[in-house]
Amino acid sequence: MQKTQKQKIVDFLINNGVIIVMFILVIYTGLTTNNFLTKNNFMNLLANMSYRLVIALGISGAVITGGCDLSGGRMVGFGACIAGTLLQKVEYGGRFFKEGFMASITPLNPFVVLILVMIICGCFGAVTGWFIAFLHVPPFISTLAMMEIIYGLGLIYTGATPLGGYIEGYTNFAKPGLLGINWLVWMALAMAGITWFIYNMTRHGKYMYAIGGNKQAAEVAGVPVKLTMILIYAKASAFFAMAGFMLGAKAGGASINTGLSYEMEGIAACALGGVSVTGGRGKVSSAIIGVAVLELLKVALQFLGVDANSQYIAIGIVIFVAISLDIRKYVQKK
Amino acid sequence: MAEYKLELRGVSKSFPGVKALDKVNLAVRPGSVLALMGENGAGKSTLMKCLFGIYHMDEGEIYLDGKKVVIDNPDEAARHGIAMVHQELQPIPARSIGENMYLGRFPLKEYGPIKMIDHKTMYEETEKWLKELGLEYNPRALLSTLSIGQMQLVEIAKAVSHEAKVIIFDEPTSSLSDNEVDFLFKIMNQLRDRGVAMIYISHKMDEIKRIADDIQVMRDGTYVGTWPAAELSTEDIISKMVGRELTQIYPEHDHEIGEVILEAEHLSSIHEKSFRDCSFNIRKGEILGFGGLVGAQRTELMEGLFGIRHLSEGTIKIHGKEVKITKSKDAMDAKLGMITEDRRGNGIFGCLSIKDNVGISIYNKHLKSGFVLDHPTINKIVDDSITQLSIKTPSMNQHIANLSGGNQQKVIVSRWLANDPDILIMDEPTRGIDIGAKHEIYEIMENLAKQGKAIIMISSEMPELLGMADRVYVMCNGKITGEIDQREEMTQENVMRYATQF
Repeated sequence: MQKTQKQKIVDFLINNGVIIVMFILVIYTGLTTNNFLTKNNFMNLLANMSYRLVIALGISGAVITGGCDLSGGRMVGFGACIAGTLLQKVEYGGRFFKEGFMASITPLNPFVVLILVMIICGCFGAVTGWFIAFLHVPPFISTLAMMEIIYGLGLIYTGATPLGGYIEGYTNFAKPGLLGINWLVWMALAMAGITWFIYNMTRHGKYMYAIGGNKQAAEVAGVPVKLTMILIYAKASAFFAMAGFMLGAKAGGASINTGLSYEMEGIAACALGGVSVTGGRGKVSSAIIGVAVLELLKVALQFLGVDANSQYIAIGIVIFVAISLDIRKYVQKK
Repeated sequence: MAEYKLELRGVSKSFPGVKALDKVNLAVRPGSVLALMGENGAGKSTLMKCLFGIYHMDEGEIYLDGKKVVIDNPDEAARHGIAMVHQELQPIPARSIGENMYLGRFPLKEYGPIKMIDHKTMYEETEKWLKELGLEYNPRALLSTLSIGQMQLVEIAKAVSHEAKVIIFDEPTSSLSDNEVDFLFKIMNQLRDRGVAMIYISHKMDEIKRIADDIQVMRDGTYVGTWPAAELSTEDIISKMVGRELTQIYPEHDHEIGEVILEAEHLSSIHEKSFRDCSFNIRKGEILGFGGLVGAQRTELMEGLFGIRHLSEGTIKIHGKEVKITKSKDAMDAKLGMITEDRRGNGIFGCLSIKDNVGISIYNKHLKSGFVLDHPTINKIVDDSITQLSIKTPSMNQHIANLSGGNQQKVIVSRWLANDPDILIMDEPTRGIDIGAKHEIYEIMENLAKQGKAIIMISSEMPELLGMADRVYVMCNGKITGEIDQREEMTQENVMRYATQF
C-alpha cells in the first residue's frame, strides 16, 4: 500500500508537473519582487493572454486531428490589416481609403467588421482545408502554402504601409469593461465557451476527436471526414482573424507583420497544456493552461530580472521538459 | 556430407495462451524443393520465424549440414546462408535496384579514414547476379519502375546473391502473373541443379505438384508428416491438412431464415488483382459465411460492398431496390454495418472513451434543436448496450484501450447495433480474442439472427465458419468459386477444394 501511495504521488507530480512548476515560480516571484502580485499586472497579463488564447483555440482543432496550422500568424496579420483599413477615423490623415466608395462607407461598425474579417479569413481557411481533405496535402505543407499566399495578399492589399488612426469604437475593445475586466478578455472567454460547446456538445466536435484518434476507423464509421477537416481549418482561420482584430484594437494600429509567428506560440501552448500532438486528445482547458503557463513564465522571468533574450531559452527548455513528461503518459501504456 | 542441408528438430513455441508449435520437425535435402503446407494458422510462418531467429523457440534445434547451429536474429541466418523471399515485400521502391540488393552490405571503397560507397562495384555485381537469373533489368533503375512480380524476382536475385544455400519462398506467387510464375519455376529449377535447398510455402495445389519434391503437412502447430510429392494426390493433401473434429463451442442454430434482403451482382474492384465479378445474396435472419484462404480478397469484397473501396462495376439491391453505395455513410443509410478485421487499424478509437466509440455512429441521429448532442439519450443507449452485451468495464467513460480484445470487439458490435442495421458484416469477428469471449460473440451473432438481422461473417477459421454459418460462399483469388447451402455438404474438405481453385 505504502508503495502505491508513493507511486500515486509521483504520478500526480508527473501528470501536473507543468502547472506545479508554474505555481512555484509565481509564488516565488510574488514573494521576492514588488509589483508582481498586483491587480494592474494581473489585468495586463490577462489582456496579453486573451488574443493568444483565441489563436491557441483555433489551432487546437488542427492539432487534435493530428495536424497543425502554420498560416496562423500571417492570418492574424491579414485580419488585423483588413479590420484596420475599415475602421479608420474620417479625419485621420494617413487614411487607407482616401476617396471613392470605400472612403464614403468607412469607418464601418466594428462588430460588422469583426464578423466580416472572420468570414473572409474563414474562407481562406476552408481552401486550406479543402487541399488537406480532398487532395491529401499534409497540413504542415498546405498551411505553409496558405501562409505565403496570405502574406502576399496582405502586402498587396496594404501596400506594406502600417495602419493607424482607429475610431474609438474599435480601440475601446481593449479598454476595461464589465467588472473592470478588459473587453478583450471577455471576448476570449466567450470564444473559449463557444469552443467548449463545439468540442463537447456538437457532432463536429466528436467527429474531430474521432478523426484525430483513428482516421481510418472514422471513415468506416461513417464520419464525414472531408467536411470535418474543411470546417476545422476554416474555423481556425476565423479564430485567427478575430485574434488579429483584437490585437489591432489593443495596439491601436496594425501592419502586415502583426501577429508574426504567433502560430508557433499557439502550437506550443496547446502542447504544453496537454493537447496530444499525435492527435485525438485535448480540451479547451488544455489551451487555457498552455497559454497561461507561457505568459506567466514570460512575466515572471521579466520580473525576476532575466533579460529578454534569455527568456526564449527558458521557454524552449520548459517546452522540452513539459512535452517529454506529457509523452511519457502515453508511451508507457503501450 | 549429411543427408539434409537443413534440419529442424522438435521445435516448440508458445505464446500466452496458445501453443503455436508443438515439437515440429522439418528437413530439406540439398537440391530439392520441400513444399510446406497447412491451413491458415497451422504454424508455417511461426516455424519460419523461429528458423530466422525472429521468434526465440522454447525448445528445438537447428542443424545445418548436420552441425548444430544457433540462430538468434535474421542477420545470423543470412550469415549461415539462409535467405527468405517474403510474401509481403519489404523493399524501398524509391531507390535503385542495386541499392535494394545491397542494402545493409554496400560495397565500400576506403580513402584513408573516409569510407565511401562503391557504386560502380555495386551496380556491376547487381548486373552480374541479375544476368545469372536471366533478368534483363537496369541495376540503376528505380525499383518502383518494376511490377510487383518483377520486384519479387529481384528479391530472389538478392537471396541468390547472398550465396544462400537455403532459400525459403513464402507464397511467392500470390502476386505473380502466369508468365512470371513460369519464370520463377525456371529459376527454382536452376537453383535446384546448383544444390540449393528450398522451402516453398504455398496454398496452390497445382504449383505444388509442378515444383515440389517433397511435401510436409502441418496442422494446428503440429507436424503431420512428410511425403514424396509424387505419392500424394490433391485430395490426400487436403485431408491431411484438415483432419480434425469440430469442437462444440457454437450455439444451437435456432433462427428462422426469411426472404432475400440483399443481392449483390457482379461486384468488381477497380484493381485488377482484387475481387472480380462476385455475385451473392443474403436472407433475413441468416448467418452467411465467407470462407477462403488469406488473400482471397474477401475483406476487400466486403469493403467494396460497404463503400470503403471503389467498385468498377456491379449493382447492389436491398429489398429488391438498387442502392448506390460510394461511401460508408451510404451503406449505413442502407442499414448496413461493418465490423472490420483490423480492430486496431480501423476499428477502435484507442484514445477515446467507450461512449465515444459507440456513439460515433449515432451522433448525427440524437440532436436537440438540430445541432446540440442529446447526451442523456446517447448515454442511455450506450449504457443499455454495455449491459446487453455484458461489456466488462467500470464505466462508459473508460478508455477503450484499457479493455481486453473481446470487450473491445463487443464495443464495436454495440457501435453498429446502436445504428440498428438490417445487415451486419463481421470480418473475422473473433480474431485475437480468447475462447470465452469468442463464445460470447457467437451467442451475440445467434441472437441477432434470431431478431431477423442478416449477418455476413468472414472467417479464416474453418471450425468457426462451419460451426456458425447457415450457408457458405468460398472465395479464391478474387472470385467466388463455390457456394455451399446444405449443412451436410459443409465440410472442411469441400471448403478447401473451392478455396484452392485458382
